[in-house]
Amino acid sequence: MNITQLPYIKEIYGFLGSDVMSGLVGLLIIAALVPLNVAALVLAERKVAGHIQLRPGPMEVGPHGILQTLIDAVKLLGKEMVTPGLTDKPLYWLSPIIVVAPAFVGFIPIPFSPLVQIKDVNVGFLLIFAFSSITIISILMGGWASNNKYSLIGAVRAVAQNVAYEIPLLLSVMPIVMMTNTFKLGEIAQAQSGLWFIFYQPIAAIIFFIATTAETNRAPFDLVEGESELVSGFHTEYTGMRFSLYFLAEYTNMVIAAALFTTFFLGGWYGPVLPGAVWFFAKTYFLLFVVMWMRWTYPRIRFDQLMNFAWKVLIPIALVNLFITAIVLKVI
Amino acid sequence: MLNIKTIDDATINQRVYQLNLGPQHPSTHGVMHLLLTLDGEVVVKIEPIIGYSHRGHEKMAENRIYEQYLPNPARMDYLSGMIFNHGYCMAVEKLCGIEVPRRAEYIRVITSELNRIASHFIGTMDYAMGLGAITPFLWGWDDRENILDLLEMISGSRLTYSYGRFGGVRNDITKEFYDGTRKFIERLRSRFWDYENLINQNVIFIKRSKDVGVITKEDALLYGVTGPTLRGSGVKYDVRKHEPYSVYPEFKFEIPTRKEGDCLARYQVRMAELEQSLNIIEQALDHLPPGPVRAKVPRFVTPPEGDCYVTFESARGAAGFYIVSDGTRVPYRIKVRAPSFSNLFVLTKICPGHFLADIVAIFGSIDVTVPEIDR
Repeated sequence: MNITQLPYIKEIYGFLGSDVMSGLVGLLIIAALVPLNVAALVLAERKVAGHIQLRPGPMEVGPHGILQTLIDAVKLLGKEMVTPGLTDKPLYWLSPIIVVAPAFVGFIPIPFSPLVQIKDVNVGFLLIFAFSSITIISILMGGWASNNKYSLIGAVRAVAQNVAYEIPLLLSVMPIVMMTNTFKLGEIAQAQSGLWFIFYQPIAAIIFFIATTAETNRAPFDLVEGESELVSGFHTEYTGMRFSLYFLAEYTNMVIAAALFTTFFLGGWYGPVLPGAVWFFAKTYFLLFVVMWMRWTYPRIRFDQLMNFAWKVLIPIALVNLFITAIVLKVI
Repeated sequence: MLNIKTIDDATINQRVYQLNLGPQHPSTHGVMHLLLTLDGEVVVKIEPIIGYSHRGHEKMAENRIYEQYLPNPARMDYLSGMIFNHGYCMAVEKLCGIEVPRRAEYIRVITSELNRIASHFIGTMDYAMGLGAITPFLWGWDDRENILDLLEMISGSRLTYSYGRFGGVRNDITKEFYDGTRKFIERLRSRFWDYENLINQNVIFIKRSKDVGVITKEDALLYGVTGPTLRGSGVKYDVRKHEPYSVYPEFKFEIPTRKEGDCLARYQVRMAELEQSLNIIEQALDHLPPGPVRAKVPRFVTPPEGDCYVTFESARGAAGFYIVSDGTRVPYRIKVRAPSFSNLFVLTKICPGHFLADIVAIFGSIDVTVPEIDR
């Protein structure tokens, strides 16, 4: 029996339309996928860190410690959510909730394969960038509301850093848009059936990679958390599930950044033999490995160096790259 | 309803604010408390507040006999306990006029230098961790672990040793220790290449360290800075060479110095000293003389009335024991010169004008141990 023939379902389906229904199903899939993905990533991070640091990483829970993150999640769920005195309670409470929302939205336009895509929105990746800016607001809220100087410094750093790095991020993607004449991520990926864009735009790829690493506050750009000077940065005062929501958002943003890089520069789902989605995830996870590798190899750069790097190095190079692309496209 | 006014208008209108870095903070090496006055992220004034781990080690000496005080020196500078233990034994021996067998002196040098390597590993790798690089710290920890195993083999403890005795050491070294030390030297020499690649040539590491926290030669001498921190500022002074004690004059080793006086220079001096310490250990193992490891000394020493000062090179600089004896079995007074104390206060001179993140770097590069400052 067709499920859409059931009286109530049919009514709802007819009212909402197939677009909304597929959107809802997609969101449900995301809601299931995101935490699972993060659990896998946290384990991967700890294993990568362990092996780089001449130790095996978590080994106790399950074979080779593969269930460690589940136990950690249970532990975090059971922890008391401490609210320090004299905090700005509504902001303090809202901040970790707001930080997760854009992380979920970011998955909507990503094309995992020609068939697996929730919705190819016509504004495409602009939707992701627009929503990822909300993360900063929530970090600022959390840092401000915590009534802690370390949190506040971390939050202020986050704002300055994200504003600075959003510009090279967008500038590095514009040449791709000029080459494909579209914002839709599905079409951008499709345009790479021949040669991947990383070979056309190597400089843009490098800038994009650096800028997304900075946007997601990963080492060596993790000044927002910088535990050696700021204890834990903006989430110093957060405990239990509130803290894990920040954690969830950070890792999900990493995945989105890596998925975007795959779509823009590494040919999306294109690859021989294996199905598209497998290739997509393989590329994404390789990039995530590179990000982890960087984190455990490099020290943290200083705040002024970070800002100088964005304004004096990345933005001029990205602009020049944009102009050259424009000229070359015009000539051809 | 609870209505507490935390910040008044005067404070809000002020441009600067204060930040307590410590006493509970991930990178203050224990319980150091730095009271910073910040303008944005730039430090205007820095005030080290000490005393959080004061245990009265100097006062303790006045209530116990010389032998009972043996475990205490290692608990002052817990990272170079063997060297402090060595220093205390030397001071009492000088006071009583005890002659130490040559084999014992060699063993003391070997253990002290091993301990110096272990301490420098913490000094350098902890500094790297202060910059946000966690991997070097664990690599250094792994190498340091070998030293702790070796020292545990002969002394029974891993951190706060009381291996030295008046007139020698507690027991002779075993063949296991001898071979293990040889193997460790081999291993560490092959590891320097890894450290070179991982941190010494790391772009961000150099960018974060160069021209940060420059201590000029004049400042260093003015504040009484000693040890690798002083040698990083271009002063070639090492107690082992310039006021020789024990059997150090019998070994060939260099004193690495750098002129720059910045964090990178101090780091490089420490890394270079690792190799020199390895050279000393190797020479000592090659020429280890036979014989007893402990002189015939009465069960309880009773020094004659008088005083003496013995200085020695700890991993942090020139440390010293000043002992006043009133002719009884209990010291009248023991005063310790702690190199960390003088090294720490140069912070007040060099830190203003640096960023908050640099303070952690500078503090790490000076490499102080807080229990030694407070004693």
